[in-house]
Amino acid sequence: MTNPDTKTERYESASEPVDEPLVQIRDLVYCRGERTIFDGMDINIARGKLTAIMGPSGTGKTTLLRLIGGQLRPDAGTVHVDGQSVPELGYRSLYELRKRMGMLFQNGALLTDLNVFDNVAFPLREHTQLNETMIRDLVLMKLHAVGLRGARDLMPSELSGGMARRVALARAIALDPMMIMYDEPFTGQDPISMGVLVSLLRTLTDALGLTSVVVSHDVQESLSIADYVYVISAGKVVEHGSPDDLRQSQSSWVQQFIQGKRDGPVPFHFPATDYADDLFGGGN
Amino acid sequence: MLDQLQKLGATALGVAERLGRGHLFLWHVLGGFPALLPRFGLVINQLFSVGVLSLLIIAVSGLFVGMVLALQGYNTLVDFGATESLGVMVALSLVRELGPVVGGLLFAGRAGSALTAEIGLMKATEQLSAMEMMAVDPLHRVVAPRFMAGILAMPLLAAIFSALGVIGGYFVAVGLLGVDEGAFWSQMQAKVDLYEDILNGVIKSIVFGFVVTWIAVFEGYDAVPTSEGVSRATTNTVVHGSLAVLGLDFILTALMFG
Amino acid sequence: MMHSRSVQIWVGLFVVAGMAALLMLSMKVSNISAFTESEGFEVTGYFENIGGLKVRSPVTMAGVVVGRVANIGFDKDSYEAVVTLNIQNEYDNIPVDSSASIFTAGLLGEQYIGLEAGGAEEVLKAGSELELTQSAIVLEQIIGQFLVSQADKE
Repeated sequence: MTNPDTKTERYESASEPVDEPLVQIRDLVYCRGERTIFDGMDINIARGKLTAIMGPSGTGKTTLLRLIGGQLRPDAGTVHVDGQSVPELGYRSLYELRKRMGMLFQNGALLTDLNVFDNVAFPLREHTQLNETMIRDLVLMKLHAVGLRGARDLMPSELSGGMARRVALARAIALDPMMIMYDEPFTGQDPISMGVLVSLLRTLTDALGLTSVVVSHDVQESLSIADYVYVISAGKVVEHGSPDDLRQSQSSWVQQFIQGKRDGPVPFHFPATDYADDLFGGGN
Repeated sequence: MLDQLQKLGATALGVAERLGRGHLFLWHVLGGFPALLPRFGLVINQLFSVGVLSLLIIAVSGLFVGMVLALQGYNTLVDFGATESLGVMVALSLVRELGPVVGGLLFAGRAGSALTAEIGLMKATEQLSAMEMMAVDPLHRVVAPRFMAGILAMPLLAAIFSALGVIGGYFVAVGLLGVDEGAFWSQMQAKVDLYEDILNGVIKSIVFGFVVTWIAVFEGYDAVPTSEGVSRATTNTVVHGSLAVLGLDFILTALMFG
Repeated sequence: MMHSRSVQIWVGLFVVAGMAALLMLSMKVSNISAFTESEGFEVTGYFENIGGLKVRSPVTMAGVVVGRVANIGFDKDSYEAVVTLNIQNEYDNIPVDSSASIFTAGLLGEQYIGLEAGGAEEVLKAGSELELTQSAIVLEQIIGQFLVSQADKE
């Protein structure tokens, strides 16, 4: 088990602003209706690193990304991105901040009425005054980086799921952001496109000096590329550390999650009355 | 009893909340209008899907409504020997009421439902969210051009409906029923007033276009992002849009001609 | 944007068709004279009974429309109707002693004002008053008189 004290020290001793985490989340509380999704979460995301946030389905991992991107407001606690408090930003400054963030949605979320080229060109056309030749060059560079330069004339409906995500990735890096958030990038991929995406994430992070946040429940893929891992469950951070720390974690819950065991601290059965009672005592 | 009261209260609060959201939404969308002027191409693309694609149903309906009006009107007027007034009757019914109202109903069914479905699906497939994260405001980039196109297209569609209706009525009256051609047009011109009738009809159609498009884009934007939610929103657009057209028509008619 | 040229052409056609429809409605269906009508001069006349005369009813001379009724009021002192006529500027030679009568187009048609030229040298101009007026013929009164006269004969 990793010692939480050393972790705290590692982050809070960093006094120079450059080493300050890009995203700092403190005491985050977020409720949807009656349900508490996050209940006092602390997360640091270091600059230039690939941080994976893992947890079972339904723990609000996507919600976390939306809180960082300012699409949702926390009920309590703070979210700071690059020193700015996201929930307190006004309309304009929030949109300015978002120009420096990219987000890759689960299914790519490509604009269905535009082809691949125009999708990647979309943020450039919206936010820059570049002429069409410049845009063309930039778009082809980004598409080349994800290996889809040849697919520029296809419509989103003609792409496979993996290709759509790669196009969305090209679109997300079009404005050269400081960070990219990936929402379940590996879900539902065949082994080949999964491999392509995994290596793409790592190379892009290293080559562009990006800060990457990957939200995923694909344990092995995430552990293989992440620099740092948070495991969240039931609204709290259960464990954090490097992938190796996690593999050696003493927590039986973390072990169950990482190794994908059927039974453990998380029971196979949804809470119910006694099986025998239910079968033979029913109908009274 | 208390439960029922609570249910009623909850429904009323829900309606009030939705109305409030609808107005905030409208305010935000209208805020995006100035930025559209230098990029009018966006509006032109939407004018195609809102206006041009509605053209066929509007044109055909207008023609047939005018023809039916002439046939029915003739049967009544012939008893009074006043068939020369057929043109007046057809033209007044069309420009004052049927052009804007039937045009508005068809607009809600054809263009409104398409707008709701399109925006609702963009929401369900996270395209709107993705735009927000690309720092592009979907209310300005997606909704505002569609809204403006709706407001611009509706008066033109209503005018085409009325004009084709008059032409349809002319063919039936003069060609089929043998009404005197000169009397048909001259009586019409003597009785139909540019301001009182035509301009008021145009004002009606602008109001209907505004309200129907508002309902359509809001329903789409506010839809529950599932296939069921989008289909319900589409139905809502047609039902609420049509009711709004008919209700507003009564109010506007009372104000203009009452 | 794909097909942007054909989209633009279609939208252009749509706008042209809409404008043409509006133009047709205003030129062919309605009375475009409404444009020129405002450029006229106003004269007034007192009538004992205007019957079904309305604002915008035509004012004719020898059957030709020369203007329209601009306003209808009520004079509290004389208990008469005050009708303001708007006469188009081109008809600037109507004698001041012309008479105005309220007629009905056909048996059941709408009512209009017919002017009959007088013999004076002076012509009507803005603010003139028509001295000779004849009220509307109210159908019920005529029928009533007819019945009474029939009864008297017998």
